[in-house]
Amino acid sequence: MGSRQCVTPRSFRPRGASQAPTSSSTSGRTAVSASARVTPSVSETTSRTPRGTLYRGHEGMWSWVLHRITGIGIFFFLLVHILDTALIRVAPEAYDAVIGTYKNPIMGVGEIILVAAVAYHAFNGLRVILVDFSKWGAKYQRQLWWGVIGLWVVLMLGFVPRQFMVIMAEITGGH
Amino acid sequence: MTAESIADPRTPVAPRRKGVNLEKYGWMFMRGSGVLLVVLIFGHLIVNLVMGEGVRQIDFAFVAGKYATPFWQWWDVIMLWLALIHGTNGMRTIVNDYVTHNGTRRVLIWALWIVAALLILLGTLVVFTFDPCLGVTPDSSLWQMCRG
Repeated sequence: MGSRQCVTPRSFRPRGASQAPTSSSTSGRTAVSASARVTPSVSETTSRTPRGTLYRGHEGMWSWVLHRITGIGIFFFLLVHILDTALIRVAPEAYDAVIGTYKNPIMGVGEIILVAAVAYHAFNGLRVILVDFSKWGAKYQRQLWWGVIGLWVVLMLGFVPRQFMVIMAEITGGH
Repeated sequence: MTAESIADPRTPVAPRRKGVNLEKYGWMFMRGSGVLLVVLIFGHLIVNLVMGEGVRQIDFAFVAGKYATPFWQWWDVIMLWLALIHGTNGMRTIVNDYVTHNGTRRVLIWALWIVAALLILLGTLVVFTFDPCLGVTPDSSLWQMCRG
C-alpha cells in the first residue's frame, strides 16, 4: 500500500535544511525522520489548510464518520418507532392513523434513507468485527471498506426500485 | 512542569481498578449484539417493508397476525432489547467523546439509560400484553373467541 505513505512533494524544502541531509546525521537521528517532522508553510502545501491541523484518515476516517452519523440517526428513529408501535396496545384506530403517515410518498423516500443508513451501519459494523478479530482485517481495512460500499450499493440497487413500486402504488392507489 | 515530576520509566504499572471491567463487556456486547441485530433487523425489514405490499400492508391486523405467534413476539422483543442497549451504549460513547464538562456528561448518560430502560419496559409490555380483541369486528374470525 505504497500510495498511502506520506509522500513529500518534489518542491518541498524544509526551512533551514539547505545542507545535504546526510551531514546532520551526527545528532543520532536519521536525516529522514528529522526532515519529515518539519511542518511546511501554507504556500508549500497543496491545501488551503496547513498540513498537520486537519486529520486526513482517508477510508478509515470516513468509515468511522459515516458509522457515527448513521448510528445517531438510527438511534433517534428507534426511539420514535418504539413509541408509534406502542400505539398497537392503545387502539387500532390510533395505530393505523400514526402508521399511516409512514405510507406517505415523502415518508417512502425517508424509508430509503433509513434502509441506506441501516445497511451501511450493519455492513461497516461487520467490517469492524473483522478488523478486531481476524488476523488480516486490520491490514486490509481499506479494501474491506470498499467491500462494504460495494455491498451497500448492491443492496440499494435492489431496495430502491422495490420501494419506488410501493410509493407509486400508494400514489395511484393500486396494488 | 519540571523534568523531576515525570515518573521514572521503570515505575511499576499502576494497579488496575478492582471489580468487573464494564467497558470490556460493553465492547464485547457491541460486537455480539451487532451480529444478531444484522439478522434481526434485516429480517424485520424484509418481512415488513419489502415482501407483500411493503409499508402499505402495515396496519393493526398485520401486527395482530404477527403477534399471534410467539416467534414474532420473541423476534421483536429480542430486537428491542438488543437495539436499545446497543444504540444507547453507542450514544454513550459519543457523549463521552464530545461532552467535556463532567456534570453535563453524567446527566446526559443517565438520561440515555433512563430513556432506554423506560422504552424497553414499554415495548416488552406492549408485545406480551398485546390484545387482538381490541380491533375485533363482527365479521372477524376472532369475533366468537373475543366475545367469550
